[in-house]
Amino acid sequence: MTVLPFDFVPLWTAILGFAVFYYVLFDGFDLGVGIVYGFAPDRAARSLLMNSIAPVWDGNETWLVLGSVGLLAAFPLAFAIILPAVYVPILVMLLALVFRGVAFEFHYRDVEHSTFWDHAFSYGSTLATFAQGIVLGAFIQGFQVDGRHFSGSAFDCFTPFSIVTGVALVFGYGLLGAGWLVMKTEGDLQNWARRLGRYCFVGVLVAIAVVSLWTPLVQPQIGHRWFAWPNVGFLSPVPIVTALLALWEWRSLNNRSEAAPFIGAIGLFLMSYIGIAISLWPMIVPYKFTLWQAASSPSTQAFLLVGTLFLLPVILMYTGWSYWVFRGKVRADIGYH
Amino acid sequence: MSTTAAAFSPLLLSRLQFAWVIAWHILLPAFTIGTASFIALLEGLHLATGRESYFRISAFWTRIFAVAFGMGVVSGVVMPFQFGTNWSRYADATANVLSPLFAYEGIMAFFLESAFLGVLLFGRKLVPRWAHFVAALMVAVGTLFSAFWILAANSWMQTPAGYTVVDGRFFPADWLRIIFNPSFPYRFAHCVVAFYITTGFVVAGVAAYYLRRGRFAEEGRVMLSMTLWLLTVLVPLQIVLGDQHGLNTLQYQPAKLAAIEAHWTTRARMPLTLFAIPDEATATNHDAIEIPDLGSLILTHDPNGTVRGLKEWPRDQWPPVAIPFFAFRIMVGIGLLMLALVATSWWLRARGRLHAPWFLRLCEIVSPLGFFAVLAGWVTTEVGRQPWTVYGLLRTSDSVSPSLTTTDVALSLAGYVIVYLVIYPVGLAMMARIVRRGPIETPSQPVASGLPEGPVRALPILGADKP
Repeated sequence: MTVLPFDFVPLWTAILGFAVFYYVLFDGFDLGVGIVYGFAPDRAARSLLMNSIAPVWDGNETWLVLGSVGLLAAFPLAFAIILPAVYVPILVMLLALVFRGVAFEFHYRDVEHSTFWDHAFSYGSTLATFAQGIVLGAFIQGFQVDGRHFSGSAFDCFTPFSIVTGVALVFGYGLLGAGWLVMKTEGDLQNWARRLGRYCFVGVLVAIAVVSLWTPLVQPQIGHRWFAWPNVGFLSPVPIVTALLALWEWRSLNNRSEAAPFIGAIGLFLMSYIGIAISLWPMIVPYKFTLWQAASSPSTQAFLLVGTLFLLPVILMYTGWSYWVFRGKVRADIGYH
Repeated sequence: MSTTAAAFSPLLLSRLQFAWVIAWHILLPAFTIGTASFIALLEGLHLATGRESYFRISAFWTRIFAVAFGMGVVSGVVMPFQFGTNWSRYADATANVLSPLFAYEGIMAFFLESAFLGVLLFGRKLVPRWAHFVAALMVAVGTLFSAFWILAANSWMQTPAGYTVVDGRFFPADWLRIIFNPSFPYRFAHCVVAFYITTGFVVAGVAAYYLRRGRFAEEGRVMLSMTLWLLTVLVPLQIVLGDQHGLNTLQYQPAKLAAIEAHWTTRARMPLTLFAIPDEATATNHDAIEIPDLGSLILTHDPNGTVRGLKEWPRDQWPPVAIPFFAFRIMVGIGLLMLALVATSWWLRARGRLHAPWFLRLCEIVSPLGFFAVLAGWVTTEVGRQPWTVYGLLRTSDSVSPSLTTTDVALSLAGYVIVYLVIYPVGLAMMARIVRRGPIETPSQPVASGLPEGPVRALPILGADKP
């Protein structure tokens, strides 16, 4: 095996970190629209909600595939340990996503059962999000590992902590979805989205506080990282910026801002993401294996990098263009179908 | 462990689950790969001749393609997770070699979806004709690239090459040899042609449906004539390719071939077993119908050739025999039936009676046969690979996630069974509805934010034929 003189791990960490964050933001807001969908006032509003994400949702979901295959390719040991450990939430997520995905069509076409498909869409979105939150909570708590394998039970991942992160993510995606809707709708529906956004925001705030205080308690090494001197000085901007963002988000949910609630929600997600990254760095299988220990061979990483560096920017440019095409408010009089 | 516990082990249930999710998934690429190329061909013909019927047929199949492609995306999202949730030791052992192939498949499928599918589906009025043809061509090429990477990975599991083993894990030594491993060219050709033939029979069946009812007669006539000419080339070609693929299996996976043919004892002048009930316990065939010497002739191209039987290998390296044996016969049987049908079409065409009602009815009946042949072929090659995931190197029993319990996998298998049994019939009903509506112009559909043509959506085109 040729040993390449270059360490690809930081680059792959960046690519995968970006892919996961991209997925969380983009599928996050369209799952979030599904979460608030159940509270929509009437049928016309529900149609408008679906129309606002119909052209983009499946592109967003594709990043889930890229993320999972990317993890397998770049950090296979993490893939092989984490996925069996979160067997049940992954199953729930996949089945919920299937139902939610087909609901986009069947809601319109299967008119006799449109209420059923409405429920499939809203419960499917909520359940998939909750399952992703469970995965996140289980990830932060770490896994029981024997050698190179997960050695616990498929139900270990359900803990009070992971239930809290599950609920937290539902509020979080709900906030993203509400922010998206404030941007894409107008009039009464926009006011409704602001109100739901405020409820979600309160949930998010409580969740961030609970998770931020609980995490250092369940994992003392994380507490040490954040609170020991001099780290507490270097890292203090993270909670400070988060607090400022939260303030801004609350204000923009209460004034006439169009895009600010969505941008603020993105900011809060980014800070939470950075917070988790700081807590766990450099672990990819928390407290067991570092990114470097779990990495695939340099030859593997190099081989895949060639195509990725070429294809990924093209995909991003085209995706950006498609969002540009569908910019502006969703109009009630022009249905997507 | 008791027999019952072994029968419903996490290993067996995981295998059943993988078989279930991939069997349903493979039906979609089997159709979309063929359809994408067919659409590109139609677009090319439309560009070259300017005939409007090509345009209408292309638009019609594009609508059906979009539904199938959408279902392919939904069922495809499930696939990569299986490697982690149920086959974690396989993932750990093979990722350094196989993961880039899977990743390239994913990223290229996504690339084609994001860049060209939108133009194909929604851009007909936005871009010039030639650009639309290029988009169709690129989508077709993209689907072929997807098949390329997945079949490269699958073939590597059958005939591994270009690797080194360190601590029980595979590492890449030569990427070209990994991708172009010994069985890959044969498998790729055999599969792609199988997918083309599958699509061809579907198109012929739909054409016959219109012709029998006197609807869309021009489109029906063009579709039937075109596909029967294509099948005239493809079906005989597939028989040659299948033979070559079989010889490749004989060379690299002789135990699999012995199981396919239910050869127990090594001998010269091996007969060809047309039918039998293979009995693994006694290593014999019951009720065998055989043709003397033909087995040796086919496999070694010499009636005196020696063909190896399963007893050459230790018992714990035997694949199941009955399943590949029967699956192979189903595949070959369907292939011969297809050949007979194509030959009939030459005879009818020569007499100018291609639209004879009984022949049209026959075309309708056989139209889904390709899917059964694809599944039978896939079962033959995958069950024949047992008891290995990486042939001769990594056992299936050493590939499964060690943490799983019977309850875990029973739960997930039940979930996939229920959900797929809801989703697939509904999807099929959607496509049937498009077929019943037929190749007529549909008005341009407005989409969100008021712009009529937009980029990519996998499922949304379902809405395009909304009544």
